[in-house]
Amino acid sequence: MPADFISSLFVFILSAFLGIELIKRVSPLLHTPLMSLTNALDAIVVVAAIIIAGRHETKLSTILGLVAVAASFSNMVGGFVITDRMLGMFKTGKAAKKP
Amino acid sequence: MSPADIQQLIDFTYIAAAIGFILAIKWLGSPVTAKRGVLVGEIASAIAVIATLSDPQVSQYKWIIITLIIGAAVGVPLGMVKMTAVPQRTALSHAFGALSAALIGIAEYYVAAPSVPRFQMAEIGLEVIIGSLTFTGSLIAAGKLQEILPQRPITYKGQNYVSLTVLAAALGLVVALVLHPEMTFLFPIMIGVALIFGIMLVTPIGGADMPTVISLLNSYAGFSASLLGFVLNNKVLIVAGALDGASGFILSVIMCKAMNRSFTNVLFGAFGQVQASAAGAKEERAVKSASPEDAAGILAAANTVVIVPGYGMAVAQAQHKVRELYDILTKKGIDVRFGIHPVAGRMPGHMNVLLAEADIPYDRMMEMDAINGDLPQTDVALVIGANDVTNPAARTDQSSPIFGMPIIDVDKARTVMVIKRSMAAGFAGIDNPLYYLDNTMMLFGDAKKFVGDIVRELSGGSH
Repeated sequence: MPADFISSLFVFILSAFLGIELIKRVSPLLHTPLMSLTNALDAIVVVAAIIIAGRHETKLSTILGLVAVAASFSNMVGGFVITDRMLGMFKTGKAAKKP
Repeated sequence: MSPADIQQLIDFTYIAAAIGFILAIKWLGSPVTAKRGVLVGEIASAIAVIATLSDPQVSQYKWIIITLIIGAAVGVPLGMVKMTAVPQRTALSHAFGALSAALIGIAEYYVAAPSVPRFQMAEIGLEVIIGSLTFTGSLIAAGKLQEILPQRPITYKGQNYVSLTVLAAALGLVVALVLHPEMTFLFPIMIGVALIFGIMLVTPIGGADMPTVISLLNSYAGFSASLLGFVLNNKVLIVAGALDGASGFILSVIMCKAMNRSFTNVLFGAFGQVQASAAGAKEERAVKSASPEDAAGILAAANTVVIVPGYGMAVAQAQHKVRELYDILTKKGIDVRFGIHPVAGRMPGHMNVLLAEADIPYDRMMEMDAINGDLPQTDVALVIGANDVTNPAARTDQSSPIFGMPIIDVDKARTVMVIKRSMAAGFAGIDNPLYYLDNTMMLFGDAKKFVGDIVRELSGGSH
């Protein structure tokens, strides 16, 4: 078993537990924005896609990497745009009274 | 700076990004700090992307810039969809996320093949399988939500055995590739089998189960990114994927609890099918129906009103009319609140964003547990396009397929009004005893038109 695996597992377990604790505290009111936000954060795989596409190891890996860049970056941009829009709609009684 | 120094600097930006992601989710916890959460998430992502672009491994920017622009050009319109289309947009973004994770895994494999170390082969295999099945599964879910595909569950005899065999075959191919890395022809077969499994996983699931399925796919998409982090030894992917995976997992647990069902039951139960037969036995009973004038009169005389919206409100696009009703009743000094069931709609929190879009203040939207205690003292409960989540059979009828599911106790209100197209059974095909209660009035018609008519009556009568 590679040494990297253990340290990766360590990071994974801690992040998953932290995630569970944080997400339990998110109000059900915001479950839809939560899903779109975590989607946008998950789109950080774009960094791996950029490296694969930028390394030019084989033609295939470059093409697959470039498709992955487009797919994940669209998630990043779209996820943040829609989360921001949705949150802008959530107003309290006082704020909503304003035109 | 030497390449090693730059690499270290990039790693530091990844640590900063991971902190940003954690803060983003923490701040999303409350509507007061949520916007700040998005901002810190955006900054963290931007820092990580810019740092990666300066990685010395990356050369020839032309195509990377072009694909980033394509991604942004696709992403912005997908971020601007109407709130009613948010469930299918979300399913589509799970598909994109899973696709990119799978493609990167596939690229890694072919760069190293055929001499892939065994341990890494196992990681890549699992990663590509989860990414691939999430990709096709999410596309099917998006198709069902967009109503390109039929929303009803599509089932056949022995389906679960066939599906599980296909999954076992995909996993078996990973084992074969670990033992015989030279058999590279097995890899594309494995991808194909995983893609087929994704289709088979979601096809039998009905529209009413979509909140759980979307959450599960969210979780898979997250874990596929995490696994990719294992393959590439990239910790920021592991953190982001674990957060996303945990989020999807928690939401699926909440959705399952709100339906009193288990994961296995959602995935392998084909819910709608069972109930269609149960619905056949129902008898014809008398219901009371009422006109918009009657409904307006009763609402105007009330002190407290609880509105319970469901998927039908979204389908009829009635949320803006509901907001007019809210305004006019509030102006009359009537206390109007909304009771929202966790699985109302097609994804977690769906009703909340629809009502928020229509400018209804979020402090008027109550969770099921918060509103249920107040319903016995409520004058009018108005159900708009919700069915199963208000079905008292879930409390009383042990033979009902939804027995044990927590519901919003609208039947305990002094008067119940239900806006419904016809007496046809709801999505799950179960008869709803609520409609035959003495204190229930049925308002037959399109939700948008009917609420509009009530609003007209109320505003006409006020001067």
